[in-house]
Amino acid sequence: MEIITHTWHWSVSGFLIGMVMLLLIYFGKTFGMSSNLRSLCAMTGVGRYVPFFNWDWKSQRWNLAVVFGAMVGGFVAVHFLSDSSNVAINPDTITQLSVFGIEAPNGNIAPRSMFGAEAFQSPKMIFILLTGGILIGFGSRYAGGCTSGHAISGLSNLQLPSLKAVIGFFVGGLIMAHFIFPLLF
Amino acid sequence: MNLLKYIFTGFFFGIVLTKCEAVSWYRIYEMFQFQSFHMYGIIGVAVVTGVIGIQVIKRKKMKDIDGLPIEILDKEKGSIRYWIGGLIFGLGWALVGACPGPIFILIGAGFMSVGLILIGALIGTFLYGVLKDKLPH
Repeated sequence: MEIITHTWHWSVSGFLIGMVMLLLIYFGKTFGMSSNLRSLCAMTGVGRYVPFFNWDWKSQRWNLAVVFGAMVGGFVAVHFLSDSSNVAINPDTITQLSVFGIEAPNGNIAPRSMFGAEAFQSPKMIFILLTGGILIGFGSRYAGGCTSGHAISGLSNLQLPSLKAVIGFFVGGLIMAHFIFPLLF
Repeated sequence: MNLLKYIFTGFFFGIVLTKCEAVSWYRIYEMFQFQSFHMYGIIGVAVVTGVIGIQVIKRKKMKDIDGLPIEILDKEKGSIRYWIGGLIFGLGWALVGACPGPIFILIGAGFMSVGLILIGALIGTFLYGVLKDKLPH
């Protein structure tokens, strides 16, 4: 059982993620998670006012099914397939985070102070989570895809636009992690 | 349309992404600090697997599950949208440590405050839809 509950090796996981993308191609679809955000917007009927959302989201129901399955998978993995050895990040990272008041993982995939119920009591954390979400939603649609659509699907198909987007992802991420994040915490 | 195979595919995807900790805020932070190879390894192997797989599909002219020829569309040409959109996405990714797939996976796993990220992401998607024609692409 330990082989399942321990952190999965990057080589095995990377291979399996690649296979998921190929499986969706075999199903005649494209691997890309952020399209679901557009579907969820379109479902509200807002397409009557904003043409971008006037599209056939029903043809994308398969992708909502993937996301639904992923939610169940996340639940099962966290509650039944995890142990306290997980998220063994670099000790230097832990030291750095303690300066910002963020606790060590101790087997948790996300810090409770940011992602637990406490977050709802902190206006600052609510602001950070909403802002992060807005940047993700806006950026992924502007760039036409996210980590799955560009970094995995696009690079696998040797697409130059995807390479540009992925470089953008990393430049943005580095600016946040090194220059903006330390100002916020 | 039979959605069951998609639910199973997603279920498997959710387990893999959680078990390799790509959904972990900590792992994303560590990656952007260059303090571990883990995330780079995951993305690198996924892409190598994908490149080989897609080359095989194209060269063997494989058919999909319905017997239709597999067509993989090229991304639209352009630059500004990819650089700027990518950069904006990256800022959010490093701030909250989740991209669109993991947002859903984490909510499923019971991290309720990730619901705020999802609400933000829907607002961001909506804003793009409103501003689309005014933005350089």
